[in-house]
Amino acid sequence: MSETVEGVSALIIQKLLSNPKVPRDINGDCKIMEDLAFDSLAVMNFVMEVEDSLDVSVPLDKLADIRTINDLAACIVDLKSKG
Amino acid sequence: MASLFSKYEGLAGSLGAVVAAGGRNPFAVVIEKPLSSTVGVIEGRETLLFGTNNYLGLSQSVRAIKAAQAAAEACGVGTTGSRIANGTQSLHRQLERKIADFFHRRDAMVFSTGYQANLGMISALAGKDDYLLLDADSHASIYDGSRLSAAQVIRFRHNDPDDLYKRIKRLDAPDAAKLVVVEGIYSMTGNVAPVAEFAAVKKETGAYLLVDEAHSFGVLGEHGRGSAEAEGVEADVDFIVGTFSKSLGTVGGYCVSDHPELELVRLNCRPYMFTASLPPEVIAATAAALEEMQEHPELRAQLMDNAARLHAGFVRLGLNASQRVSPVIAVTLETVEQAIPMWNRLLELGVYVNLSLPPATPDSRPLLRCSVMATHTAAQIDQALEIFRQAAEDCNVPLSAKETAA
Ligand SMILES: Cc1ncc(COP(=O)(O)O)c(C=O)c1O
Repeated sequence: MSETVEGVSALIIQKLLSNPKVPRDINGDCKIMEDLAFDSLAVMNFVMEVEDSLDVSVPLDKLADIRTINDLAACIVDLKSKG
Repeated sequence: MASLFSKYEGLAGSLGAVVAAGGRNPFAVVIEKPLSSTVGVIEGRETLLFGTNNYLGLSQSVRAIKAAQAAAEACGVGTTGSRIANGTQSLHRQLERKIADFFHRRDAMVFSTGYQANLGMISALAGKDDYLLLDADSHASIYDGSRLSAAQVIRFRHNDPDDLYKRIKRLDAPDAAKLVVVEGIYSMTGNVAPVAEFAAVKKETGAYLLVDEAHSFGVLGEHGRGSAEAEGVEADVDFIVGTFSKSLGTVGGYCVSDHPELELVRLNCRPYMFTASLPPEVIAATAAALEEMQEHPELRAQLMDNAARLHAGFVRLGLNASQRVSPVIAVTLETVEQAIPMWNRLLELGVYVNLSLPPATPDSRPLLRCSVMATHTAAQIDQALEIFRQAAEDCNVPLSAKETAA
């Protein structure tokens, strides 16, 4: 089961869209805090949900480098390939 | 050229909106004069204090005041140095012995604040190859400690031992050292941690457990040793961290443990090593307050009775109060547009509580956070409840007079 950045990114977008407050026209290049108006707590809570759907651990220190949805997807693919 | 302050534009806008909605800055309240543990002068008015964390009222303890005066006369007003240099006087060691004995532990470290105790212990314990597992609703000092540490940090769902277990298993790192951090009573909501269940997960997974008893020290447990005593699992808690700034009414933090390596942690703990130690008068006042707390267990019983009285009153009024009765009672409102005027109206009518706005609240709704004291009288509690009713009415906050089970 090899996951691609595109695949994980699509999954994240699908998850985000289930929240009615998120703009409908998001894509992988959207900045999570700026474009989606997520505060730091909302980001951490969202990452927790992604951890559960993808069965992966995303340490908080990794979040510092993540700005876009694709960054998050790339980070998860990287973590999964190491696991 | 970029301004250092451009990042403050959003904050300036939010603060401006808060002030505009209520007429004052809720984060700049001045207590002009404390008249007792329960009453202070604010804006020239005598105001009931229901947001000071002074659970046992000991900030005004005559015994602690006298001890502080005597210590200042005997030893001066400051140590001018860190604990590992010239900042340890006999008083500091005596207090550490007293705290360790109180908790029946091998040793104690005293820090200059509770914030630094968390910052120091978490960063010193969890290193590069280790995992830190934090409750999602942890206090800022715990999050900051995790940032100062080099460990990999994983959050688990608030007060959910099963979720902690799942996340530890998911790490798939059976050999790595793991430190789990929970709080006895959560400062914003008053939620109490299921410490016995967390202790069971810790044992099953071979992790270490640190409990921050900041709000539960002096409050929970037959002797006031906190949530671990209340649930009978002290032996499974590796480190208890706490503060003197709430139930003891002074300032300072501590960590107690049976691990002999605590002596070495003193030499590898930046928030302990690189800051001045507490002044003699604070150490002496803290020791006196601890004695007073130990000699007066009835303060704890009174505190719980008072908490129950305030909580029952909120339920009767139809306000959405925390489910569990504890000395921290948060009233949840639906919108910030309700919370800001109501908080201001409460202050005008003579009750001070804490206003907590998202994102500093757990579920993105605003809180009117109240803390109860053993020294509140029944009449003061009833008066505060009447003022809550009046303020809700004046601000059109709906009261759904539902009799929810407490
Ligand atoms: C849970 C918790 N831990 C630690 C602290 C820090 O304590 P202090 O204010 O004494 O530095 C606080 C309170 O501020 C707290 O609520």
